[in-house]
Amino acid sequence: MRGKRHIAALVVVASFIGLGAAGAATNATFVFAGAADPTYLDPALVSDGESFRITKQIFEGLVELKPGTTTLSPALATRWTPSRDGKTWTFTLRKGVKFHDGTPFNAAAVCANFNRWYNWRGPFQDASASYYYRQIFGGFKKNESTGLGVPLYRGCSGKGRYVAVVKLRRRNGPFIPSLVLSAFSMQSPTAMKKYGANQGELASGTFRPTGTYAFSHPTGTGPYKFESWTVGQRVVLTRNGSYWGKRAALARVIVRPISNNTARLQSLQTGEVNGYDLVAPQDMPTIRNDQRLQLLNRKPFNVAYVTINQSKPPMNNILVRKAVAYGLDRASVVRSFYAGRAVVANEFMPPAIPGYEPKVTKYPYNPNQAKALLRRAGLSLPVKIEFWWPTNVSRPYMPSPNLNFQAFKASLEQSGFDVTAVSMPWRPDYVKHVNEGTGGHLNLIGWTGDYADADNFVGTFFQSANPQFGLTRTGAHKKIALLLDKAEAEVNQAKRVKLYKQINKLIADFVPGVPYAHSTPAVAVQRRVHGYKPSPVGTESFYGVTVGGQ
Amino acid sequence: MLRFIVRRLLLLVPILVGLSILVFFWVRALPGSPADSILGERATPELVKEYNERFGLDDPVYVQYWKYVKTTATFDFGVSSATHRYVTDEIKERFPATVELAIGAMIFAVSFGIPLGFFAAKRYGSAFDHASLFLSLIGVSIPVFFLAILLKYVFAVRLGWLPSVGRVSVELEAEHPTNFYILDSILTRDWALFKDAVEHLILPAIALGSIPLAIISRITRASVLDVQNEDYVRTARAKGLPPRTVDRRHVLRNAMLPISTIIGLQTGLLLSGAILTETVFAWPGMGSWLRDAIFNRDYAVLQGGILFLALVFVLVNLIVDISYAFINPKIRYS
Repeated sequence: MRGKRHIAALVVVASFIGLGAAGAATNATFVFAGAADPTYLDPALVSDGESFRITKQIFEGLVELKPGTTTLSPALATRWTPSRDGKTWTFTLRKGVKFHDGTPFNAAAVCANFNRWYNWRGPFQDASASYYYRQIFGGFKKNESTGLGVPLYRGCSGKGRYVAVVKLRRRNGPFIPSLVLSAFSMQSPTAMKKYGANQGELASGTFRPTGTYAFSHPTGTGPYKFESWTVGQRVVLTRNGSYWGKRAALARVIVRPISNNTARLQSLQTGEVNGYDLVAPQDMPTIRNDQRLQLLNRKPFNVAYVTINQSKPPMNNILVRKAVAYGLDRASVVRSFYAGRAVVANEFMPPAIPGYEPKVTKYPYNPNQAKALLRRAGLSLPVKIEFWWPTNVSRPYMPSPNLNFQAFKASLEQSGFDVTAVSMPWRPDYVKHVNEGTGGHLNLIGWTGDYADADNFVGTFFQSANPQFGLTRTGAHKKIALLLDKAEAEVNQAKRVKLYKQINKLIADFVPGVPYAHSTPAVAVQRRVHGYKPSPVGTESFYGVTVGGQ
Repeated sequence: MLRFIVRRLLLLVPILVGLSILVFFWVRALPGSPADSILGERATPELVKEYNERFGLDDPVYVQYWKYVKTTATFDFGVSSATHRYVTDEIKERFPATVELAIGAMIFAVSFGIPLGFFAAKRYGSAFDHASLFLSLIGVSIPVFFLAILLKYVFAVRLGWLPSVGRVSVELEAEHPTNFYILDSILTRDWALFKDAVEHLILPAIALGSIPLAIISRITRASVLDVQNEDYVRTARAKGLPPRTVDRRHVLRNAMLPISTIIGLQTGLLLSGAILTETVFAWPGMGSWLRDAIFNRDYAVLQGGILFLALVFVLVNLIVDISYAFINPKIRYS
């Protein structure tokens, strides 16, 4: 009898312990509004933020970013170490992790995922299918297009069940940071096979999966499982009861597409959604003034800049480029048109990224200095230039291009330039001209990063010949490009940081363009939403989110 | 009658061929290309070139048109470059939403527009007549998106009486066998869904139906004014028929012909996708879909979607023509 009492007491205690462990778990539903439907839900085959918003909840990668930061942290891999030559990476995997279909996550699953990407053929090699794989890994086992290069990946093997060894063909610094991209999440090999994840076609110029995996059976290890998707209306995710970590607090997550800014705001005000992304600058005061709502900032992870096209004289003259830099009143623009939600940029990458160098040459607004430089260049004032700016667009780094342009035009005209304005719709005309170098001497544009590595910013702009800036990888540009090659191949993080600091100094002296703003985009949520940490890279996990103080 | 219908259906062929040519060249006349649009800021010249080569977008236009005709003839409108889904699948999902909204808007417009016009005519020159004219002018002149935002602000945000976005509450679990949600709710006897779907329909239907309401009320007024002075109406009155019977049998019935024409035309227009209303209310129909397609230079969606809607428009007009015979037995088609 006494023994039975002890057992009963133990059961009661155990029940309380059990309740305590799942204590944070509630029946709450979190409804979030994005701007559009996901494309589909195989993260390896998409490249848009709305798809990643969903896949980030279902899938996990080997590494991730610490919530709300750009710092790498362990995810499905608890450790990762390079070999001495930097071409082999050994990942120690988390034990006891299962995919949503109940199959185990292990080294074989890791290798199956890497090999899947590497062995893609036919339609899967198209940029509309494998954009991020192509960007990071450069090529496939059997390339079917001239635009592809030698692949970075060589092979993968398991050392036991929980150690995966990935071999690369060359040293590559961005390899580990890029693995935070949802595109490189781990997916269940069993589910992918069962539901035809490797079946796809190219139709009307676009890749499309023909299996059901990407539409109704995405299977990862994340805190939420896929439940249903009604196109145009909602994607429903439910709590993964077998999650390897503490179970998610929310029972369900629903993401709904609302393309119109005002409609997103009003649905938050009515309580039809608990939060939404891509808050329009004009809606921020309304949200701030509403006691029930709050704005959450993303750390700046973008750069707005003015390109200077060196293929168009006199921009090939460094003195003229410096005159442009002194002639742009960047501080006024940031102060006047970003509602206190941006800082003046001095480099082509945000300060949060390792490799940012605070001590670069700076170009504060100085019309007299600009005029003196133009005269030193042997030019008679005013110097005629064409300045292009986009219409029909508002980007996180450039909420009102028109206002930015008008202010810059005025400050340049005070600085010895005669500015001819050219404007056209952002997409596709404007971007096409700027990217192909057929725009003006100066052009307003910007960039939002994909992953937290300097290579994703300065590497993207300056490592290769780039018509946007009229750069041909010759002369002074060659020196920067070679250093970027070196930094890309470096796997020692401390050495990489040093190299990028040096590169940023060189870029500031070379003046290929003028960075002017790093803005802070915002997410709007109800006050009763807690634990939402906006990621600088644009998509975050809802794992830590609770609603209503539960 | 049958010969008339067959002849009208056969006339559809040249209309559709003409439309396909117009749509095909209009889409290509839009500045920019799908490659630039899809690749956006990341569109390097190399990627754009590869994209155009791979998908024949650098072929001569007549070659591209011939390919388009061949696939369209088999009702294969291709795949959306933005959503990567078959255009026909998207039409199946989105068209019911547009139809439901159009029906809701027409019910609102007809049930308020005809009485408003009728009583304005009966009280010609009165304060009611002037008020109806004023309301009609407002209905026609106020921008739909502004009215939509205003309605949402008052009835959803301030008063909290009605939802502001979507076709149903996202947390509601329901079956949708036909994708016509109100019909689905009746078929499945899901009265919670019925109530929810009707609540979601009210504001967009009012916003979308405001212009047809104004037009219908003005046409009704003019038509009733015309008819009520006809000899046969005077005769009916002289015979001593009660005024209600005269209005119902002789005035309204004869006044319905131009009203039904305008209802048909307006229905056709509403079915063509209410771009602004659908966008503001996040209504997942054809209008918001085509709006996105224009911004994305989504050739497949624009070509397939517009052709489909043109077909719907022509068919609705055919039905209106046929309906004349039922409204007015004096009309016979040969």
